[in-house]
Amino acid sequence: MPLLDKYAALAAQYRQLEEAGANPFNVKFDEVLSPTEAMVGGRKTLLLGTNNYLGLTYDPAVVAAANAATTASGSGTTGSRIANGSYGGHARLEAALAAFYGRRLGMVFSTGYQANLGIISALAGKGDHLLLDADSHASIYDGSRLGYAQVTRFRHNSPDDLATRLRRLKDEPGEKIVIVEGIYSMLGDTAPLKEFAAVKREFGACLVVDEAHSLGVLGETGRGLAEQAGVEADCDFIVGTFSKSLAGVGGFAVTDMEGAEILRVVSRPYMFTASLPPANIAATEAALQQLRARPDLRRRLNENALRLYRGLEKLGFELGPEPSPVVSAIMPTPEAAFGLWAALLKAGLYTNVSLPPATPRGLALLRSSVSAAHSPAQIDHAIALFAETGKGLGLTNAAPALAAAK
Amino acid sequence: MSEGAIRNQMTDQTNEVRDIIFGTLQAALPQARPLSGDTRIIEDLGLDSVAVMDFVMEIEDKLDISVPLDKIAEVETLGDLVATVQRLKQAA
Repeated sequence: MPLLDKYAALAAQYRQLEEAGANPFNVKFDEVLSPTEAMVGGRKTLLLGTNNYLGLTYDPAVVAAANAATTASGSGTTGSRIANGSYGGHARLEAALAAFYGRRLGMVFSTGYQANLGIISALAGKGDHLLLDADSHASIYDGSRLGYAQVTRFRHNSPDDLATRLRRLKDEPGEKIVIVEGIYSMLGDTAPLKEFAAVKREFGACLVVDEAHSLGVLGETGRGLAEQAGVEADCDFIVGTFSKSLAGVGGFAVTDMEGAEILRVVSRPYMFTASLPPANIAATEAALQQLRARPDLRRRLNENALRLYRGLEKLGFELGPEPSPVVSAIMPTPEAAFGLWAALLKAGLYTNVSLPPATPRGLALLRSSVSAAHSPAQIDHAIALFAETGKGLGLTNAAPALAAAK
Repeated sequence: MSEGAIRNQMTDQTNEVRDIIFGTLQAALPQARPLSGDTRIIEDLGLDSVAVMDFVMEIEDKLDISVPLDKIAEVETLGDLVATVQRLKQAA
């Protein structure tokens, strides 16, 4: 059947990567040893691409909470919140998230992807207008297609362009909903949230901030970019994920909006899917407690991020615009990204490859993400491997003097 | 204005939109290519979904309009795009 013919060109590329024995989109960890190490192809490998920002996946309190919840409440909920009931854990976690953010309502979704789908599609109805940052994550684009609002995108991180587009809509009926992210997952850059908040106020729009990569990373208490920028009161909804700093899986939204409880019976991605199992809910609640109680994790994470960023910068790699736990090296071509990725893995370092259209401006990226669990020595080792392999492939400043001068 | 004059003015506007779209696209492509109203944007030019949206953004700036994503999704050829942009420009 010719059903898959439309993917022929992509399939050929995928086959090529498989045949070369180095497909970054199909990596198998034989065994995961810790937040920073795994066995890959029989070799102990340093993990530098897992989004495990606070390194809590093996935290004893988190693991114990998951085990106790499974023993007490079973392996799964076997149904959805609305049709088959919520467990005590769901309500407790929602209350804990609301308390952490100082908001009235917390809502838990089964993945971070679904949290965006669920909030965006429910907020933006027919006749409303959604305005998305151009570099938004796929879940934001997909959420905008699930709803019935008119969708336009504005230039990445440009409050001016957002204002221009809101001005064009000022005589149009319907609510205006603006979506931005805390830290963008591809290049690790942050949104100018203070300026976006001012535009939102000027035009009376609703502002939704996806803090997937910034929860536990930014802000005085780890609440994210909105806290760091001092504009939490302007952010009508905060959306986030459990699968990065909170070391599990799932998503959430918090809000102070009057009447937001109704979202539980209108948000289809919330309603028509199984709820998270007890172990995952309990582990997430325990991880949130760790995030709150241990600001040293955030400090170590950001020290590691800066160490890697400066190290790769010194080697001559072109990086994203600012240091963050996402450190992406811009490659001249996708082939160069594949080459460096494969050479690094062979040398015992796991990273990610990101390609268009998942990346902005057609960029091919060799993407790394650091963890609080990395030791400074591990970061230095990673930089040394980048230096070795990058030099071999002609991707770094080959002359050490030049690197030193930079 | 006579009917003929209105028709002429509309033709002028269509030509202007067409010139802007073709010029912007030519500048965005890695190498010069022959373009016509029948050129299919994704299949013939090899642009991916984000590249198309980025290219439309350039046109939005030049003509001071916003093109909603569902309208971009309906567009297949450059001729379709000229017609869509022309309609939005008139409504603006």
